[in-house]
Amino acid sequence: MKRKHQRLFLGLAALAAIGGASALALSALQDQAAFFYTPSDVATRKPDVDKAVRLGGMVEKGSLKHLKDGVTIAFVVADKEAKVPVRFTGVAPDLFKEGSGVVAEGKFTAEGGFVADNLLAKHDERYMPPEIADKMPSPDTLAK
Amino acid sequence: MIAEAGLAALWLAAAMALLQLACAGLGLRLKQDELVAAVRPVAIVQGVLAALSFGLLILLFLQSDMSVLLVAQNSHSAKPWLYKFAGAWGNHEGSMLLWVTVLALAGAAIAVLEHKLDRATLTATLGAQAFIALGFYAFLVIASSPFTRLDPPALDGMGLNPLLQDPGLAFHPPTLYFGYVGLSIAFSFAVGAMVTREVGPVFARAMRPWILGAWVFLTLGITAGSYWAYYELGWGGWWFWDPVENASLMPWLAATALLHSVNVLAARDGLRAWTLMLAVVAFSMSMLGTFLVRSGILTSVHAFAVDPTRGSFILVLLAIYIGGALALYGARVGRVKAGQGFDLLSREGGLVLNNLLLSVILGIVLIGTLYPIVAQAMGQQLSVGPPFFNKTTGPIALLLVAAMSAGPLLRWRRDEANALLQRVTVPIAAALLAMAAMFAAAPGTGWMEIAGLGLAAGLTIASFAPLWKRNLLRTPLFTWGMVVAHFGVAVSLAGMAADSAFTSERLVAARYGQPYYVGPWRVVLNGVAPVMGDNWSAVEGRVTATRGEGSTPLLLTPQRRFYSSPPTDTAEASIRTRADGQLYAVLGAQDAEGRWQLRLWWKPFVTLIWFGGALIALGGALSLIGRVFRERRNTKRREDAE
Repeated sequence: MKRKHQRLFLGLAALAAIGGASALALSALQDQAAFFYTPSDVATRKPDVDKAVRLGGMVEKGSLKHLKDGVTIAFVVADKEAKVPVRFTGVAPDLFKEGSGVVAEGKFTAEGGFVADNLLAKHDERYMPPEIADKMPSPDTLAK
Repeated sequence: MIAEAGLAALWLAAAMALLQLACAGLGLRLKQDELVAAVRPVAIVQGVLAALSFGLLILLFLQSDMSVLLVAQNSHSAKPWLYKFAGAWGNHEGSMLLWVTVLALAGAAIAVLEHKLDRATLTATLGAQAFIALGFYAFLVIASSPFTRLDPPALDGMGLNPLLQDPGLAFHPPTLYFGYVGLSIAFSFAVGAMVTREVGPVFARAMRPWILGAWVFLTLGITAGSYWAYYELGWGGWWFWDPVENASLMPWLAATALLHSVNVLAARDGLRAWTLMLAVVAFSMSMLGTFLVRSGILTSVHAFAVDPTRGSFILVLLAIYIGGALALYGARVGRVKAGQGFDLLSREGGLVLNNLLLSVILGIVLIGTLYPIVAQAMGQQLSVGPPFFNKTTGPIALLLVAAMSAGPLLRWRRDEANALLQRVTVPIAAALLAMAAMFAAAPGTGWMEIAGLGLAAGLTIASFAPLWKRNLLRTPLFTWGMVVAHFGVAVSLAGMAADSAFTSERLVAARYGQPYYVGPWRVVLNGVAPVMGDNWSAVEGRVTATRGEGSTPLLLTPQRRFYSSPPTDTAEASIRTRADGQLYAVLGAQDAEGRWQLRLWWKPFVTLIWFGGALIALGGALSLIGRVFRERRNTKRREDAE
């Protein structure tokens, strides 16, 4: 194979690889990206049942309940305007507590509740999910 | 006084960087030998000053000097000394100072150790290194000074995030930074070579040990970080495709590609422009990672306080350095002469395939990591998680493993397809056998796990094939390095596939004395007792696990810890390692009926993942030593001959 041809071949191979990778990535993004909702988003336009989404807000004070089976908790995720009931089976993260920010990953059920298969609570005291910080007065722990 | 001295040392180091850049730039332009000669010593002084500044920050943390804002915000006098020490970089400002210190030390190391490169290219390299450092010094003193005083001083500090209070903090960030920032050397070498247009085997041989060194640290840092997340977070997973993990994976992918392409440049004088490009990309990925982590635009375990000015500052630096390097590349690459050609079926061809596949994985990870940020900018909130990354990168990574089984068995320049087929017969047979065995033993397993275990078996044999019929004592150390590193990939892959295919998990509300079963284990919670630590108190579960009749029971002690400063609860997982896997227990909360949440995992062969990672790093270290000694011997021979 001549040098010119070889360069052409390598160039085409690289282009094909990049094209293939982009196509693969973009098609996978179509069905794998989980959209983020706040409770007020949910109130205005409810996501499809059984589509993976993230729900972010504050755990409402006084809403946390432990269910009979001992491994499931129920609580309410709220922002200023709306509330969504959530259930989660598993060990909640260390920083998960009432009155602090949480991002729940999971799905809405046909009954209207949200079933989380993962809870994210930030591993930093000063944390508040940026999506929520826009909508809430932030508690500045440093000022205490 | 110490804080002021630290700040002064930082400013002086920045001044040295400016001087270094000026000497290098003017010296090369005006052809002034005195100026060029000054560059090396100035680089060394800059490294010493930066290290001094960082040392003083550590001293402030060790002394718990609460008149310093950063210490007051992130430390506490009651912490064990190790966490006061490591806490110096467990925050935004301190970690940026560590970043710059490593950058300056890398420059000093080039100035002291690099003797192969021609003088002009070396000078341009050190100039580039100083130019990068300047931006980050500016970032430190303007937007994130670690030495700001607090007046009046705090009575005591706010403490360090308990999740960071772990020996992992002393090891993981510095190692990772040595790798991350060590790649700046490759970047500066590439810029230096583009300035002087000296790209060829000599340049490649000079650059290679530095890439290997940075890559070894990066590999160790990622491996350590993965294990730390595994045992500290208590989620039972070892890789979460968190954007910050991706931020460390992307430079690693680029550096791995660079590590292989530089061999083609050194041995066969091929892939000149491509190697330069990879060197630029590798460090660009490091800087992008720094931007992602330190700008606060990400929701992540690693992101500290959010401050928009910092994000824009790093973004500007990123644009200057990456944009500048790419512009230089665009202007100069046309004039970099094409290197030697080669046949597609050859060692070079194999390495090109390696580079293509690594680049594709890098591209996918990059898209998956940046897509949510771009979408957010366009007003849409979304996240891209493990399902995306596993589905897209998994198959390509498996393809890469298949290719790397055959690659080292190819000859340089040209090879015959039939000869190659003969050489890979045994590995292919082993791979197919392993897949068949796995399919028969566990028919429900996913195809990726089956393919992963099969390819791991094939690669295990193929990785040792380059030693076949060779005198093992006379085999060069760098060949051993390749063998060990490739074997490490096989080991790690086997661990990943086994963990993914065979892990058993149980979540129970445990009553005292009642048995629960996970995998082959019978687990009993015998009781829960209070325990005290230096700066925490905890409740500790006493869990015994037995496997089969009459075996000695294992004791597991998962804890729920309560830290007072800052007030936080954390779960401390308890992990017991056996030859064939790990038993992992996490204690949750107690419910009203007195039952304790207990989460249990049995993870067969999961330890292979990190053991393989350590082997990969060991292989890199062997290669590094082998290359350095070979170069020394060659130089000596050449001198003797003259």
